Amino acid sequence: MADVFASIPFTIIATGALVGVAASLLGTFLVLRRSSLTTDAIGHAIVLGIVLVWLATGATSGPVQLLGAAAAGVATVLLADALTRTKSVRTDAAIGLVFPALFSIGVVLLNVFARSVHIDAHTVLLGEIGFIWLDTVSIAGLQVPDALLWIFVVTILNLVFVTVFFKELELSTFDPALATAFGLAPAALGVGLLVLTSVTAVASFDAVGVVLFVAFAIVPPSAAYLISDRLSHILGISSAIAVASSVSGYGLAVAMDVSIGGMMAVMTGVFLTLAFLLSPRYGLVAQELRRRADLVLGENRALAVHLCQHEDDPNAGEENVLTALQTHLRWEDNKARKVVARCVDGGWILRDGSRLVLTDMGRAAAIEILQPSK
Amino acid sequence: MLALLTDYTVQTVILGALLLGLTSGALGSFAVLRQQSLLGDALSHAALPGIALGFLVAGSRSLPALLAGALITAVAAALTITLLLRRSRLKSDAAIGISLSLYFAVGVVLLSYVQGSAGAGQAGLESFLFGQAAAMLRSDLVVMSVLALASLALLLALWKEFEVTSFDPVFAASIGLPVVLLDAVMTAMIALAVVLGLQMVGVVLMSAMIVAPAVAARQWTDRLDSMTILAALLAALSGVVGALISATARGLSTGPLIVLALTVITLVSLAFAPKRGWIASSLARRRARRNLHEHQVLDILQGLALRHDDAAYLSEEGMVDSALGVRARTTLQQLERQGLVERDSHRPEEGPHWRLTAEGREAQGNALHSGGKA
Repeated sequence: MADVFASIPFTIIATGALVGVAASLLGTFLVLRRSSLTTDAIGHAIVLGIVLVWLATGATSGPVQLLGAAAAGVATVLLADALTRTKSVRTDAAIGLVFPALFSIGVVLLNVFARSVHIDAHTVLLGEIGFIWLDTVSIAGLQVPDALLWIFVVTILNLVFVTVFFKELELSTFDPALATAFGLAPAALGVGLLVLTSVTAVASFDAVGVVLFVAFAIVPPSAAYLISDRLSHILGISSAIAVASSVSGYGLAVAMDVSIGGMMAVMTGVFLTLAFLLSPRYGLVAQELRRRADLVLGENRALAVHLCQHEDDPNAGEENVLTALQTHLRWEDNKARKVVARCVDGGWILRDGSRLVLTDMGRAAAIEILQPSK
Repeated sequence: MLALLTDYTVQTVILGALLLGLTSGALGSFAVLRQQSLLGDALSHAALPGIALGFLVAGSRSLPALLAGALITAVAAALTITLLLRRSRLKSDAAIGISLSLYFAVGVVLLSYVQGSAGAGQAGLESFLFGQAAAMLRSDLVVMSVLALASLALLLALWKEFEVTSFDPVFAASIGLPVVLLDAVMTAMIALAVVLGLQMVGVVLMSAMIVAPAVAARQWTDRLDSMTILAALLAALSGVVGALISATARGLSTGPLIVLALTVITLVSLAFAPKRGWIASSLARRRARRNLHEHQVLDILQGLALRHDDAAYLSEEGMVDSALGVRARTTLQQLERQGLVERDSHRPEEGPHWRLTAEGREAQGNALHSGGKA
């Protein structure tokens, strides 16, 4: 146990996994509230906060850095909101205006103090999850990396927030008006979400930088949202995806000798793609299968209805034969044969010489269409 | 200063900034108009993997190859967003954030792969993150001019079509314009504008070059053509200013400086523009409120006079206050200056009393509102 934190791969994977879990716990709500891009704005804006706090106090990590830098994230969103309220600028443009400005100030400050600052502009963007083990603190005799310690604390914080306010968050996310009517103050919860997102971004910063944080925060929840409708399941699935991405991303990155943080983020994308394609309910494959099943059912029903309507006809012998389908339903020979074969297999019709006769099951299906009220 | 302007590198940088500003400003106007500000953000981040791929394919840092790669992945990101919007239940904010962060993550991985494998010759790819104007060559200018002129010429040639489609897509479709195709061309052109700025502004901040000039120009005019021209000029101006500052000081990234110059221009526009500016509109609001109060006070005085059947009835100021709902003193004094009301000074111990002058009564008689409701 004591050796666990001395294992570099373990600390890297654990940090990546916790960044993913902490970020996607909050990201789930941001995705559902259609404000995913606040993670982008916050992620960039905290750079200014980190530089300012560092210049003022010399702190490169710890609670002061967490809260101070997080304030910059919150300020960005509030500033963009205020800008939107002046009605000179629409929401999308307001966000696109505010965070590049704050981020630019941060980067220029970094450039100016480049010789003495602990981060350079490059790390700002990409993080250095591979080097987090260089800065450690000693806890109960164990050397724990700074970044791992703080993201652990923040993960617990987020977990407590989401657990304690689960009902409130759920209601204010899906029905803000009702939440207000119940006196739940959805706006206050929104601010809480914002503050925690900023704190999480700061705690993740050393490991993954500002842009990859966006991937960790919104890709796993988006993937989970494509799989499930239940909020608790979405939270669980996205956390699982975050952990799986961290483990597999680390393995691939080491094998291919490429950026670890980048590969972890790419893996979240792989899981999203899988969900997009294969999700049982909303996946592309499921959509396509459903479409085909609908098509098949429609053809079967058309045949059953046709046969049913001519059943008692004196010239049923001419109507209810394979060739009539070509003229009456305008089906090509091939298609007519296929549908008939399918309906025979499915027990809807029987062949009586060249005549096609409905079974009880087939007639029931036709009557269901013809007289839906019965 | 003159020596600076004749410097070979500086000339190159200024020309580059001009070209970049003209294109991004002009096309950004359309992006902002169509509420696609954040699309530019996604496209610019998505250019990163393209740059790395261009390098891997060309085997050298040749600008046409890098830009071609960037354009391809930027357009791929736009297609990804469309695919996610059409075929999944994700909303546009999530779709944009997903594309932005995942394409960027792939770029980070590819960049680290290039660094690990290519050895010499790969230097400078990272300057695409924040832009480095000083690294620009004369030959790069040729590439940039061709692309800039091509996209501006296309914009001019299809001006009417783009204008109609952007303002009213339904109408555009009804008169037979190929709306989907025009949208696709516009998105590709915005991608092209983004790609043009990569060398100078970098992938992270290029979105600001799309959004901010358009927002600034929008404040000064209500016409799309003048807005587009103004946006292009403002973007070019801030490009030149930012590039010059970065060329004179060592170690300053160009992108953030250009964005800061742009932010100043945008703030000035938001605050000081006539009509739409914050100052102008707050003055207009105050004027409107004053006008309204003047009318209300005249009505109140007239109403009290009617009720007492005495055209020269002296109303107590406190009564006017309570009828108006706020202190009426300022308004009464304004009206007094206009000669519409007069103050009675005979009984100072009862506080000020007011009545309509003959002129005031005439003004009330001419006005549509009849009073008497007080």
